[in-house]
Amino acid sequence: MNVNLLIWRQDGPDQPGRMAPYTVADVSPDMSILEMLDILNEQLTARGERPVEFDSDCREGICGACGLVINGVAHGPRSACTTCELRMRSFRDGETIAIEPWRANGFPIIRDLVVDRSAFDRIITAGGYISVNTGEAPDANSVPIGKVAAELAMDSAACIGCGACVAACPNASASLFTAAKIAQFARLPQGQLERHRRALRMVEQMDAEGFGDCSNHGECEAVCPKAISIETIAIMRREYLRATVKSA
Amino acid sequence: MSRPAAFPFDAKIPEGPLDAKWDLYQREMKLVSPANKRKKSVIVVGTGLAGASAAASLGELGYRVLNFCIQDSPRRAHSVAAQGGINAAKNYQNDGDSVWRLFHDTIKGGDYRAREANVYRLAQVSTRIIDQCAAQGVPFNREYGGTLANRSFGGAQVSRTFYARGQTGQQLLLGAYSALMRQVDEGTVSLYPRREMLDLVVIDGVARGIVCRNLVTGQIERYAADAVVLATGGYSTVFFLSTNAVNCNATAIWRCHKRGALFANPCFTQIHPTCLPQAGPTQSKLTLMSESLRNDGRVWVPKRKGDDRAPADIPEDERDYYLERIYPAFGNLVPRDIASRAAKRMCDDGFGVGPSKYSVYLDFGEAIGRLGRDKIAERYGNLFHMYEEITDDDPYATPMRIYPAPHYTMGGLWVDYNLMSTIPGLHVLGEANFSDHGANRLGASALMQGLADGYFVVPSTLGHYLASAKLDPVDTDHPEFVAAETGVRDLTARLLGVQGKKTVREYHWELGRILWDDVGMSRNAKGLEEALGSIRALREDFWKNVRVIGPDDEFNKGLEFAGRVADFFELGELMARDALQREESCGGHFRDEHQTQEGEALRDDENFAFVGAWEWKGGDTDPVLHKESLAFENVTLSQRSYK
Ligand SMILES: Cc1cc2nc3c(=O)[nH]c(=O)nc-3n(C[C@H](O)[C@H](O)[C@H](O)COP(=O)(O)OP(=O)(O)OC[C@H]3O[C@@H](n4cnc5c(N)ncnc54)[C@H](O)[C@@H]3O)c2cc1C
Ligand code: FES
Repeated sequence: MNVNLLIWRQDGPDQPGRMAPYTVADVSPDMSILEMLDILNEQLTARGERPVEFDSDCREGICGACGLVINGVAHGPRSACTTCELRMRSFRDGETIAIEPWRANGFPIIRDLVVDRSAFDRIITAGGYISVNTGEAPDANSVPIGKVAAELAMDSAACIGCGACVAACPNASASLFTAAKIAQFARLPQGQLERHRRALRMVEQMDAEGFGDCSNHGECEAVCPKAISIETIAIMRREYLRATVKSA
Repeated sequence: MSRPAAFPFDAKIPEGPLDAKWDLYQREMKLVSPANKRKKSVIVVGTGLAGASAAASLGELGYRVLNFCIQDSPRRAHSVAAQGGINAAKNYQNDGDSVWRLFHDTIKGGDYRAREANVYRLAQVSTRIIDQCAAQGVPFNREYGGTLANRSFGGAQVSRTFYARGQTGQQLLLGAYSALMRQVDEGTVSLYPRREMLDLVVIDGVARGIVCRNLVTGQIERYAADAVVLATGGYSTVFFLSTNAVNCNATAIWRCHKRGALFANPCFTQIHPTCLPQAGPTQSKLTLMSESLRNDGRVWVPKRKGDDRAPADIPEDERDYYLERIYPAFGNLVPRDIASRAAKRMCDDGFGVGPSKYSVYLDFGEAIGRLGRDKIAERYGNLFHMYEEITDDDPYATPMRIYPAPHYTMGGLWVDYNLMSTIPGLHVLGEANFSDHGANRLGASALMQGLADGYFVVPSTLGHYLASAKLDPVDTDHPEFVAAETGVRDLTARLLGVQGKKTVREYHWELGRILWDDVGMSRNAKGLEEALGSIRALREDFWKNVRVIGPDDEFNKGLEFAGRVADFFELGELMARDALQREESCGGHFRDEHQTQEGEALRDDENFAFVGAWEWKGGDTDPVLHKESLAFENVTLSQRSYK
């Protein structure tokens, strides 16, 4: 199949950007969209032009490095699917595909489709952990955890930190990301001691990074490649409220 | 045989009985006092399981830690992709497991080419890893009673593998990452993401710093410290197509090798049996389907050559469940090297399936019938989802098609019992070192090793080093720093200066083909000799005809890849050389000339029970092989049998 592309090109954080047109011929439907971009980059290199920069690593939907807005949707048309897992069979022969970076105040553009997501690391630094030094832990089976609680914790822990939730949100809120970590620990006995401090600090850091408020649009849940539920945000709100009451 | 020259380095294996060595050694190790720890700085390169756990633990102890990675966040290190699980000798299942058994399985699984003392320590600390991770909030799978669940992995007859759905690596890494970020919060660790280490700085014979490229700005940066810890992962991407993430590379270990660190067993690479089949040059990587699937999936091919009926149309009695047939004791759970070679043999003999005839079936029909679809979905849901996304086939309805692919590298920088390389001060952890898996790694043991090295071994041994070594302060204006930076700049200028016609990817692909064909699942002298010649020719052509688009002082992934592929040529050559030297078959290293009548690997313990550690002599002179002989005092060497 052949595809026409409109790709966001931007030379640097403070440079203007534009949508540039390209065509890629002989695309196999089994290729991933990133493999199609690899082919484009081969062609650009051969012509002496700068390749299109984009982030990716595992190319199997787990590291969270990739993330493109494809035809206006974060990670493209398939649900529960990262950009790198998206195959060209999801598009039609001759289709024009628009490819853009995540756009959010909290994620400044570095170059082309690459953005700076270090704000996510700073949110985790503000309490997204359980304080236990190496070697201090008791035997793992000494703290039983019910299967259901463990499964629910895992549902939130599955977050890959890609940032699609932010890119999809009309307010560019990082609530689903932040809530996923808060909810994981709130559901586990090990997470209880630092529960209030964690909720307070992480939510405050999220705000300080310039992410918007959550107004329950639900776009985040719709694009989340790990199908993390928006109910997770309700848990964060509850945790935060309890924490403010306790610390008041 | 002439007597081999003595190995010029001391592996520093402590005295005492095997099961007491680590404890006795820890009693004797020197300590750094808490007040002095604050004055000591450590560079940790890598944020995978090994790097993140080391950086976090060293930070907790009070050292000033500088932690580097290529990705935009430490949480994305390649460890995140590990699926199946992590081993530990907890014996929670009461099925006869023990430290001894895990040790023995690992030594045997590695085909008796690893050090007893290192492997025993690994088995010993394995149990504490699970405790640590559970305390960090890693959501391991559980039984209804609240205890931890286990599954089985290849090469073991006990159930000792802990897992978090099919995302064990992700969850363990996020655990280590959270411990790391806690130290960032405490101010003990400074993070340097989007940096690529391009050289090691050695001053007065001791590792004292690194030179990096800032991948956002393109600037070359210098960092000094009292010690350097490398945890930069494996080099399977030398094959181009592998299960590893696309940014995995050998540059950090290779450049340390060129600075004097011996490279051990480079030819010991693991080809994993259950991956998606190869399609062609537009593929960017191969996807692993976790070994855990072999708990419930049955591997088969049609009994009739070239049978191209749909799998559902092939009746039971016309299927050859060849692993169960050839290896009745272990069946589908034989170690990886054995399963991979069996698949290759089946396909070479014309029994393969799929468009290329180079794949075999992995069938869940029987398990779904026995346990129900829901149970299978709970165990492997994300893997089935991944398979379907890629192939457009529903593995609940039709068997998966799989074929072996490069996956893991047992070889790596040589380290002693302290995990220190032959350059004092340079410690190497995780997949980047050679230490524990011999000629073949058992499933679920890489995560165990990475975390053992980072959480429990290096925090002690590095302290001992820092307390014993006399280290003068150095700063980054030192001539060695200047020289290292100049070297890095020259290399970049050379890469950009060629302005030829072929892309880096084309070269990488061709190199990968050579290695896969001649230094892959089976090797022979003729193929290896040829590979040496063609790799060299390809490398020369690369330096005459490669095209890399500049500039160097901006974000430029093409340039990053060019530097990595330049190193892969040299490493690929060393792999072929090492494979040629090793005139025996063992584990993942299979020499056609050395096999039993049944086609199994034939070891030569008399002549090859050694670690092959190579010394770089500058590109124009051949590298020199040093042999560290392996003494087996506690296990009896036997022909591996999984029948
Ligand atoms: C698909 C897949 C599934 C697997 N499943 C399992 C499993 O179920 N169980 C198991 O035990 N093992 C498994 N393995 C193997 C295991 O995941 C790896 O061996 C292990 O995670 C390696 O960890 P590491 O910390 O040594 O290195 P990595 O996780 O590879 O980390 C390397 C780090 O070094 C950094 N780095 C590299 N080079 C440089 C440089 N030049 N400068 C700066 N930073 C650099 C990277 O950015 C990264 O942070 C699997 C492997 C794959 C590919
Ligand atoms: S590249 Fe890792 S999730 Fe897409």
